[in-house]
Amino acid sequence: MTNPASLPAVSTADVDLATIAPGGGSRRMQQHKGFVIAGVILGLIVLMALAAPLVAPYDPYAQDLGNRLVPPAFMEGGSWAHPLGTDGLGRDYLSRVMYGARVSLMIGLLTALISGLIGAVLGVTAGYFGGRVDALICYVLAVRLSMPVVLVALAVVSVIGGSLVVVITVLGLLLWDRYAVVMRSATQQVRSLDFVVAAQAVGASTPRIILTEVLPNVMSSLIVVATFEVAHAILLEAALSFLGLGVQPPLPSWGLMIAEGRQHLLFEPWVIVIPGIALSVLVLSVNMLGDGIRDLAAPENRN
Amino acid sequence: MLKYTLHKLLVAALVAVTVSFVAFMLLRVSGDLATALGGESARGEDIARLRAQLGLDRPILSQYWDWATRAAVGDFGRSFYYPEPVWTLLKERLPVTLTLACWGLVISLVIGIPLGVLAALRPNTLIDRVAMTLAVLGQALPTFWLGLLLIILFGLVLRWLPMSGTDTWQHFILPSFVLGYYSTPAVMRLTRSGMLEVLATDYIRTAYSKGLPHRTVLFKHALRNAVIPVVALASVQFGLMLSGSVVIETVFAMQGIGQLAWESISRQDFPVVQAVLLLVSMFYVWLTFASDLINAWLDPRIRTG
Repeated sequence: MTNPASLPAVSTADVDLATIAPGGGSRRMQQHKGFVIAGVILGLIVLMALAAPLVAPYDPYAQDLGNRLVPPAFMEGGSWAHPLGTDGLGRDYLSRVMYGARVSLMIGLLTALISGLIGAVLGVTAGYFGGRVDALICYVLAVRLSMPVVLVALAVVSVIGGSLVVVITVLGLLLWDRYAVVMRSATQQVRSLDFVVAAQAVGASTPRIILTEVLPNVMSSLIVVATFEVAHAILLEAALSFLGLGVQPPLPSWGLMIAEGRQHLLFEPWVIVIPGIALSVLVLSVNMLGDGIRDLAAPENRN
Repeated sequence: MLKYTLHKLLVAALVAVTVSFVAFMLLRVSGDLATALGGESARGEDIARLRAQLGLDRPILSQYWDWATRAAVGDFGRSFYYPEPVWTLLKERLPVTLTLACWGLVISLVIGIPLGVLAALRPNTLIDRVAMTLAVLGQALPTFWLGLLLIILFGLVLRWLPMSGTDTWQHFILPSFVLGYYSTPAVMRLTRSGMLEVLATDYIRTAYSKGLPHRTVLFKHALRNAVIPVVALASVQFGLMLSGSVVIETVFAMQGIGQLAWESISRQDFPVVQAVLLLVSMFYVWLTFASDLINAWLDPRIRTG
């Protein structure tokens, strides 16, 4: 057992991978339906985030201390002046939820971009070159997996101070593990295929082979992982902000809104329920989109 | 098996040392310890003296060596905030977190494995769809939010369970459930795909064709092989739960190491943060090591492959 490819990180991570592995079965129709629904919901959320300055009924930062904790319109005592009510400082909840989508989407996308870049480079390098390079990268991966993400992120944010940029950078630098694992095994599979061997035989340079032969063939796996990682980053940001060490008030982050609503848990539970639903719906639709892309990208993996 | 074990042991030890160094550095580069300890009223020479006292003026590697050798025997120094040594704090808080993680694991296995088996036996039926929906939901609901909702429902509205604290076993029900529910999808999916894979193998067909009863084939032949990866997953999940408990413990105001870490981070109590970070990482490294060995022991293909 001297094969360096069998470091603990990999065996662990393979298990980890299995959790996002194909759901199996021939639920093609159902999956496609879910894919479409998720796409539509996600589209609406993105639209809401982009158009927030135009469609939000109020300034999300404008306090109105005379109108604190007005319940949503569908509850007793609510009015359509504030469809989702107001928070503890009298800020319009609907406007804050709309602007909150911007924070979540931005964190999700940018984090996935940074971590995807790191993970893809490491994974493709490890998978393509194998041997000692692979052993070294697997070791780095094992170290990274052993560091608890939430604790490390909390500690770093508390030292440098919480802001959108800091949270994105910290999460981006931490969440590359799954990309590396998936890219590594995908590259290993592609590496030994005929067209790569042929490219090597005609003397194509290594960077060229990686860019034009390997990368296009592992791209679909990369996109699938990236989708799930967007959801992962959104959840982590919410958790960090909830713990007070993510983005800082008065920025409307859904995690932060839940944290701010905690003091009203006793009598106004809707203050917590509303941003939580927004968060769950967003993460759910991103995950379902990922499931759909996975099935479309690799139908043969479905079983 | 011996060679395999030694190889894994070496890698795990290497990772453990690296992680401890990262934990050490992470909080050493984060700010000047002496300035933090000295407080705002400290003068320049006070801080210099404090720095010499703490050994902060020595080379970083020798500082690390001192810290690591002391940490190895449980001496993590003193907290900036509490009067007790860090180790005493950890010893007080660890049982809560371990209890929470154990119950979380039990819950995720008790829900995840049967659901996974049922979903694999009856693919594309109602039970399969319910199981998959639960899995998808479980990965989408933020744990802290689910925790708060359960507090509202069972603590406030129904008044069945206590809302926070660790006094009785009832206090552990909600947090364990939230912690366990989050890992249930992983367990379920893995059991399901493992079962589907095993049920399609030749030896299962052979077992059926020699007339063994369905139940025997299912439990003795299929499940036993399908749960091998789940065993590995379980030990890794346990490690993840120790760090995941930061959020849960905070929501339910439980005095475990997660809440200790969060409080210490908030008040920049670095010795405590460092110790918790190291402890959780070490748990993860050695649990992964254990899971590799268990896997290899259960599945000879891994250790010979």
